[in-house]
Amino acid sequence: MLLEDLLSILPLVIVAGWATILVIIDLFIPKERKGITAALAALGLVAAAVAAILQFGQSKTLFGGMLLLDGFASFLQILFLGAGLLAIAQAFDYLRRREIERGEYYTLLMFSISGMMLMSMAGDLIVIFIALELLSIPLYILSGFARPQPVSEEAALKYFILGAFASGFMVYGIALIFGTTATTSLAGILNAFAASPGVPALAMVGGALVLVGLGFKVAAVPFHMWTPDVYVGAPTSVTAFMSVGAKAGGFAALLRMLIAAFPDAAAAWGPVTMWIAALTMTWGNVAAIAQSNIKRMLAYSSIAHAGYIFMALPSAAVAGVAPEAVRGALFYLMAYAITNLGAWGVVLAMEKAEGAGLEIDDYAGLGKRRPIMALAMALFMLSFTGVPPTVGFIGKFYLFRAAIDANLIWLALVGVITSLISAYYYLRVVVVMYMRPGEPETQNEPLLNSTVWLAAIGTFVFGVLPSPLLALAHMAELIRL
Amino acid sequence: MNVPASYVIALSGVLFTLGVLGVLIRRNAIVIFMSIELMLNSANLALVGFARSMGPAAEALRGQVFVFFVIAVAAAEVAVGLALIVAIFRSKESIDIDLVNSLRG
Repeated sequence: MLLEDLLSILPLVIVAGWATILVIIDLFIPKERKGITAALAALGLVAAAVAAILQFGQSKTLFGGMLLLDGFASFLQILFLGAGLLAIAQAFDYLRRREIERGEYYTLLMFSISGMMLMSMAGDLIVIFIALELLSIPLYILSGFARPQPVSEEAALKYFILGAFASGFMVYGIALIFGTTATTSLAGILNAFAASPGVPALAMVGGALVLVGLGFKVAAVPFHMWTPDVYVGAPTSVTAFMSVGAKAGGFAALLRMLIAAFPDAAAAWGPVTMWIAALTMTWGNVAAIAQSNIKRMLAYSSIAHAGYIFMALPSAAVAGVAPEAVRGALFYLMAYAITNLGAWGVVLAMEKAEGAGLEIDDYAGLGKRRPIMALAMALFMLSFTGVPPTVGFIGKFYLFRAAIDANLIWLALVGVITSLISAYYYLRVVVVMYMRPGEPETQNEPLLNSTVWLAAIGTFVFGVLPSPLLALAHMAELIRL
Repeated sequence: MNVPASYVIALSGVLFTLGVLGVLIRRNAIVIFMSIELMLNSANLALVGFARSMGPAAEALRGQVFVFFVIAVAAAEVAVGLALIVAIFRSKESIDIDLVNSLRG
């Protein structure tokens, strides 16, 4: 029984266990050969990814309902492990260039990934909390990894204080939900709400507090203030991973919790998430226009994309649309992960050792100097905007369609209009790269280049032939509690 | 003598509010950090209060067990948080968060 459950969470066991062992192995690896740690970490992630792929399609309850293994969890685990592999490849030369190469980087990355994987399987509010902390605490440390550089330290402190503040809200919310339903398991909460005539007010307050906590993690307006500063201050390789992993982890908990455990309160969280989605899309895109620093621009862009994914929640509040909305959100998370890691890869290649080369104007002349990299960047920008034939277009299409099916036509309109606004600042990067003369200095590191090519190929291929990814999202259903 | 559960919950609510206000108003990183701990501990108090009011039911144990998890996680946060504050203090000789502002926004 226990052994069977442990086998079912094998990918998580591999990542967490291997990270723990790697902390010790790393002590015996000499300073100038930390590439070995990176390779070993990547090896662990590959092994876990194989296990996760083999598990795909299973659907069962583990450890008395504490963990749930379903298509949803497997899909997200594959996303996290893939993003982790790309993040290791992107970090390797970058850390060396910035002279902050330390072996802990890779083990912390793995611990954070294990938290995200735990989050995707969470079947209990206690597990959601622990997973959130397990994914966040390593990210706080990683944000400050370039210490003693003041910006990096500052990013880490800001992220830490606001992250801990948010988890304070979350724990109190969980306490209130526990007080009204007398349980913390998602299945128990579902039953408790179904049995009582209405959802008690105290549980509503608790749910709202949990929403605040998770809203911070995914950088949704009005809980987004930390995002630009942290994304700019943290080492770029960390930002790249954080913007994908922490966001997907937060949405994993939001989708699972609201759709699986709180459907009886949909009348309350539907409108709330609808307004958050509309505000996040609008504010993220409008604020991004004014940015001249590419890291800051991409930070606001990540807020905007959190808004698009947030659209799945009000859509899922309408009975019958939920499976479609979950599919849309998962597909978009995957599309965003591919595009975003690629775009940050280009930023990494442009960044000079001392941290210069991050202004959008520094990209002038990239089209002549590095034609393939400029082409890849143009493709990523089109995918962010949502122009065919890119994966971003397909993702937006499914999210907007779910919103329309849920009769939230105005929300879909807000999405379309803000996408049009976003074209202004995304395409400006393309214009600067191709139309302005300049001699940008770029890094030519094979590992980093290959991640950019891979992301570019993914962005294009899944934009033209989305069916394999769609089929995968179709299999990624939430288990019925 | 038995303190009613509602008293415990009310106290936890007051402590939680104090914690939130502390984070928003105080400028010293350590005091902000203490306020966050106060928020977490007020949640612990609420959890224990609720669990006690449920009597000997098996489900009540979940609340009490959760408290241990929160304490453990808070300890991990302290380790990281204090390390960060020490690192900031070394470079700035101050832990006033208004001075930590080289990033705009």
